[in-house]
Amino acid sequence: MMRNTSRFRDGQDREGTVCMTNCPTLIVTVGLPARGKTYISKKLTRYLNWIGVPTKEFNVGQYRRECVKIYKSFEFFRPDNEEGLKIRKQCALAALNDVRQYLSVEGGQVAVFDATNTTRERRATIVRFAEQNGYKVFFVESVCEDPNVIAENIVQVKLGSPDYTDCNTEEAIQDFMKRIKCYENSYQPLDENLDRELSYIKIMNVGQRYLVNRVLDHIQSRIVYYLMNIHITPRSIYLCRHGESDFNVRGCIGGDTGLSPRGKEFAQCLGRFIQDQNIKDLKVWTSQMKRTIQTAEALGVPYEQWKALNEIDAGVCEEMMYEEIQEHYPLEFALRDQDKYRYRYPKGESYEDLVQRLEPVIMELERQENVLVICHQAVMRCLLAYFLDKSAEELPYLKCPLHTVLKLTPVAYGCKVESIYLNVEAVNTHRDKPENVDISRLPEEALLTVPAHY
Amino acid sequence: MPRELTQNRIQKIWIPSKDDRPSMPRTSRGGPHLANPPTVIVMVGLPARGKTYISRKLTRYLNWIGIPTKVFNVGEYRREAVKHYSSYDFFKSDNEDAVKIRQQCALAALRDVKNYLTEEEGQVAVFDATNTTRERRDMILEFGAENGFKIFFIESVCDDPNVIACNILEVKVSCPDYQDCNKTDAMEDFKKRIECYRMNYQPLDPDQYDKNVSFIKVIDVGRRFLVNRIQDHIQSRIVYYLMNIHVQPRSIYLCRHGESQHNLQGRLGGDSGLSTRGRKYAGALAKFVEEQNLKGLKVWTSQLRRSIQTAEALNVPYEQWKALNEIDAGVCEEMTYEEVRERFPEEFALRDQDKYYYRYPSGESYQDLVQRVEPVIMELERQENVLVICHQAVMRCLLAYFLDKSADEMPYLKCPLHTVLKLTPVAYGCKVESISLNVDAVNTHRDRPEEVKRGPSTLIRRNSVTPLTSPEPNKKPRIEGLDDPIIREVTPAQLTLCSASHTTLALSTQNLKICSIECHEPPQLCL
Repeated sequence: MMRNTSRFRDGQDREGTVCMTNCPTLIVTVGLPARGKTYISKKLTRYLNWIGVPTKEFNVGQYRRECVKIYKSFEFFRPDNEEGLKIRKQCALAALNDVRQYLSVEGGQVAVFDATNTTRERRATIVRFAEQNGYKVFFVESVCEDPNVIAENIVQVKLGSPDYTDCNTEEAIQDFMKRIKCYENSYQPLDENLDRELSYIKIMNVGQRYLVNRVLDHIQSRIVYYLMNIHITPRSIYLCRHGESDFNVRGCIGGDTGLSPRGKEFAQCLGRFIQDQNIKDLKVWTSQMKRTIQTAEALGVPYEQWKALNEIDAGVCEEMMYEEIQEHYPLEFALRDQDKYRYRYPKGESYEDLVQRLEPVIMELERQENVLVICHQAVMRCLLAYFLDKSAEELPYLKCPLHTVLKLTPVAYGCKVESIYLNVEAVNTHRDKPENVDISRLPEEALLTVPAHY
Repeated sequence: MPRELTQNRIQKIWIPSKDDRPSMPRTSRGGPHLANPPTVIVMVGLPARGKTYISRKLTRYLNWIGIPTKVFNVGEYRREAVKHYSSYDFFKSDNEDAVKIRQQCALAALRDVKNYLTEEEGQVAVFDATNTTRERRDMILEFGAENGFKIFFIESVCDDPNVIACNILEVKVSCPDYQDCNKTDAMEDFKKRIECYRMNYQPLDPDQYDKNVSFIKVIDVGRRFLVNRIQDHIQSRIVYYLMNIHVQPRSIYLCRHGESQHNLQGRLGGDSGLSTRGRKYAGALAKFVEEQNLKGLKVWTSQLRRSIQTAEALNVPYEQWKALNEIDAGVCEEMTYEEVRERFPEEFALRDQDKYYYRYPSGESYQDLVQRVEPVIMELERQENVLVICHQAVMRCLLAYFLDKSADEMPYLKCPLHTVLKLTPVAYGCKVESISLNVDAVNTHRDRPEEVKRGPSTLIRRNSVTPLTSPEPNKKPRIEGLDDPIIREVTPAQLTLCSASHTTLALSTQNLKICSIECHEPPQLCL
């Protein structure tokens, strides 16, 4: 999140009442099937976790699949199917129970309750549940009547669902359309008047229009901002590092050196690669460090410099080799291995700080279409972790080698990754976590995983 | 062959060099007038719905984050054209002469909008008028299409009579139109004025007529929003900003940490602890905060020891923000100014040349600070009573936002140690009270040196930030076809909150000196 934890997170104000500022939040999706609820739930969960807000989604459909092992047909969803109704209600309650476990016992901050929640009655039940447990509720409704969008959704995510493993495409689509019909008659959208006391955002036609009601707090405001910036237009994001730099060659971290001869070669190859990809309206972004700008210069296209994309600040360790860090700051070196995500270099930054710094870049990447980001190892790891939903533990060890472009293409609920090595040799700068992270370890043990350099 | 790069000496930005002269790097913008079409924000709504409040606040924010923005208030043009306002009759829809004048004022304002956006390098113009009819809005949309401007409407809809009455009292009753009236008469007349507009009011219609138009409808002072067809980044930022501001009365207290060890030695940056006097200040601050007796006060600090130590003395919960850390002086960290001058004479001189843009080697500039601190501003807008315990440069950035100060002034704003600035939003601006807590401290302020050779103008980049003071509103209507109005001295409205006198408040055992109560609020405007 934006702030690092303060000392008194759930402190008491002067009158002795408990602060409500850190009330968990229950996000509740609303909408007919194939309106993007799960897409939004997953994406939002990914974003919130990345910025440091522990979030988890609870998809009632999954609970139903657990309960009713084999899906037969849309008949299960008919409003007059009493057996079906009973099971579905139980699943919803089971999911809510898990929500309570997550938010009140496991320290979760946000739970996303992903289901149709199309009736006022169901939503009232959820609001009561939240009130009983001291959660804030925020509804996210997706309304869409564009038949093309709905058809596309069905093709992208429903056909491959476990429910339809034994059907052919035609049958699956037929059945799913009938399933939607089952919900349509009883659908009570969030209403301007009847629901005026609720906090919600109504997304219409995949983001063409939004209705936002009673945003209560910071997290809801951030959620609304995020939802208003994402889109589903097909595009690709290309991530790569600057070409090999003089410091890379010598094994030094940080600094602001220029490209080595091989780095310059990479830049040329990158230029050719971009041309071959024939990308429509490609934006190119760099940091404000010489090595990324030099790389971009070789492309011969306009580019934009972002200070926010600068490499992690290694503070007192800037321009040192790992061997030197071990020599001068053995304690720091060990602490870093113990918790590489949270560890902050003295007078420098941590990966955690980086994420905060990069958030506006992510937000703008969401708004944009085709973008090539030429950045740095730690920065690229942070961006990659966002797109591939990697945890704080994994993030600092993601492999982002020099001279390799990662092409990310959103697909279904996630992201397809293609790794393209541009065939120009470079040093390896990836340092794995050593076995021994104890502060009492020997230098050799600390330096075991340092990659080779000249 | 890739071009050679040189590092711009002030901003430390790498740019391709041509003949050793720094040139504008090619950015993703193509021509300055092509890929970044200017935006006209068009206000919509009945009188007393907060249009001018929103216009001014939004303009202040956009200028602070570096987007040249200006307000064009049609009411001002009208006041220039029609020197003396007699009564609401002027606004009756069957008053043909008046209708003509009002139309011409709107056109004159649009001409100035065009000039600002095409000739004066403005990026956003805020067209502040009622714009309540489709006819008027269609005319503006055409104007936008002809000139290649994007149009974004902000409509304020509110029917809560309390809010309306409150608005009228705060900003209408004391406006130039009602100089010679008493409050009650003014209120009555203004209400009738509103009725004149109401009959022909056609709100934005998202379902049919206006479904392809980009707009945000702000309903009931931010309780609800309808957002339609956001086109680009700036509109998205505007919407986010509008959704975070509120009008609840509250105060923001800004102060620095108590005097630190480094302050005593005249050293920059670092992470030292409080001096004895600094600790005394922290104690005084605690008493001061208690006496202010604030509802739900939030306390924010940076992550540097000196500000946290100060907060600790308050004995209340507080929150640490890395974003509030002092400006990073890079290689000059922990040096005294004399040491900097000795070891880095060129850097020392460059900084005085352009203190806003100047970035310390391996450090930051004020420009970087503004970008870093923007999320703090956004959260300050959401909050109510907040005390921010920060640092000199950071405090200058925050203050520049609240008081609408330009990039040029910002690095020289006076933010002395052991002094609390209490900012209270009022009408269209901000009241500032400066409260010295009467604990001595060193002075850390360096004035702008007299003999400073200004270097070549520094580069402005898209993701960079260059706060500009919101420009003075245009006064001359340049209306053709009317007789030259008699030139009359228009006296600014009573700034009832201004008082230059010293006021000592009797506040318990402390001898607080309220140094000045300044009013940073330009003359009141009304439609």
